[in-house]
Amino acid sequence: MSASEGAGEGGFIPRDRRWQPDALTPAYKTSVLRSPKAPLLSFPTSISEETSPVFGHDMLGPLDDDLTLNFAQDGQSAIGPRIVVQGRVQDEYGRGIAGALLEIWQANAGGRYRHVKEGYIAPLDPNFGGCGRVITDDDGRYTFRTIQPGPYPWPNGPNDWRPAHIHFSIFGHAFAQRLITQMYFEGDPHIPLCPIVGSLNSPAAVDALTARLDMAQTIPMDARAYRFDIVLRGRRQSIFENRPEGM
Amino acid sequence: MTRHISPDERLPETPSQTAGPYVHIGCTPGFTGLSMAWPDAGAQMKTGPVKGREITITGRIFDGMGAPLRDAMVEIWQADADGLFAAAHEARGEADRNFTGWGRCATDMETGHFRFDTVKPGPVPWPDGRLQAPHITFWIVARGINIGLHTRLYFDDEPEANAADPILNRIEHRDRIPTLLARGDGAGAYTFDIHLQGPQETIFFDI
Ligand SMILES: [Fe+3]
Repeated sequence: MSASEGAGEGGFIPRDRRWQPDALTPAYKTSVLRSPKAPLLSFPTSISEETSPVFGHDMLGPLDDDLTLNFAQDGQSAIGPRIVVQGRVQDEYGRGIAGALLEIWQANAGGRYRHVKEGYIAPLDPNFGGCGRVITDDDGRYTFRTIQPGPYPWPNGPNDWRPAHIHFSIFGHAFAQRLITQMYFEGDPHIPLCPIVGSLNSPAAVDALTARLDMAQTIPMDARAYRFDIVLRGRRQSIFENRPEGM
Repeated sequence: MTRHISPDERLPETPSQTAGPYVHIGCTPGFTGLSMAWPDAGAQMKTGPVKGREITITGRIFDGMGAPLRDAMVEIWQADADGLFAAAHEARGEADRNFTGWGRCATDMETGHFRFDTVKPGPVPWPDGRLQAPHITFWIVARGINIGLHTRLYFDDEPEANAADPILNRIEHRDRIPTLLARGDGAGAYTFDIHLQGPQETIFFDI
């Protein structure tokens, strides 16, 4: 690494707080008591935020990126519509982020989570755990295999249902980029009704979290494909397309 | 071929959504009892004998009614005892090989406590070269939190370094600075409570 690419060179571009959801979104009732009231304190990033732990491909097991199999008995697999989710993790300049760690979790095809606090009457699938992880390749691309999760009811208003979704936790190259979000499925009629989706400030932000069916990547007679690209914050410096981010 | 990308071509950052009540399934599957193949990432910050002073940090996160969050996840990121990060971007030297600098903890489902077994970080530089006081970056997610909350832990037994810290110096409301100070017992055990709202609301950062 040359000195010009080292930490401290060019801080991260501040988050656009009008684009990102507000802390307080009263229709999502839990936010009322969990939202800070004082303005956030702004300061430029330093090496403390411009660095991040490194995750290597060697930490992954062979089934970590296959939720249809990673909790299943030998010879069995999870119940539900089989899908692959694919996309690219990139920064705000469109540069692929290699080595990003994606951790994913979701309900089963009936909309039920495997969790001690879960109370929905839909049954557990004995062959489905609901978590997986994957690390992006040199161009920032990732793919994992799972089943399409079901929508589920939740205690908020008298009759609120979550659209089908997959939760994503994303580690880029800097703690300033740390992000947790949810991926929705194109065409789900619950999307415009959901108070958590409603925490987003614009239709464009909802669109950014909506995965598209990608027939070209569909695996015939096996699994449909959905595409979900992810953008993490970029560093304020002169950017050249052929310089890999953070290398 | 290289091409300069101008700021107005920037892509918008992916929007955040709450981690929800089941964040532990994905981030600390062992904590939830999932018999998956991998150990919980971030559970061990020390992988062998470490340099410097070993400390513990315990605390809770309180909501606006003063109730502790029992479904949150906390991550910390810090330098080693010499002020070096175990990161690809660390160009100043090699960090302690037995210290990851990164910890992740689910708050206890009954009491709401988090706990980190770590080392006291050394000072690290501010972009202008001044030293920052020893500190630990905190990141908090939970049901009801729409976008992860960043804050910092500073140490109450570092008054001189804190007085010279570039960030602590910029805080106008001096009476809020104690919300960023962990209280030490003199024997390496620190307490750091976080308040999401109320008269003791922690200072959160837009970094
Ligand atoms: Fe969910």
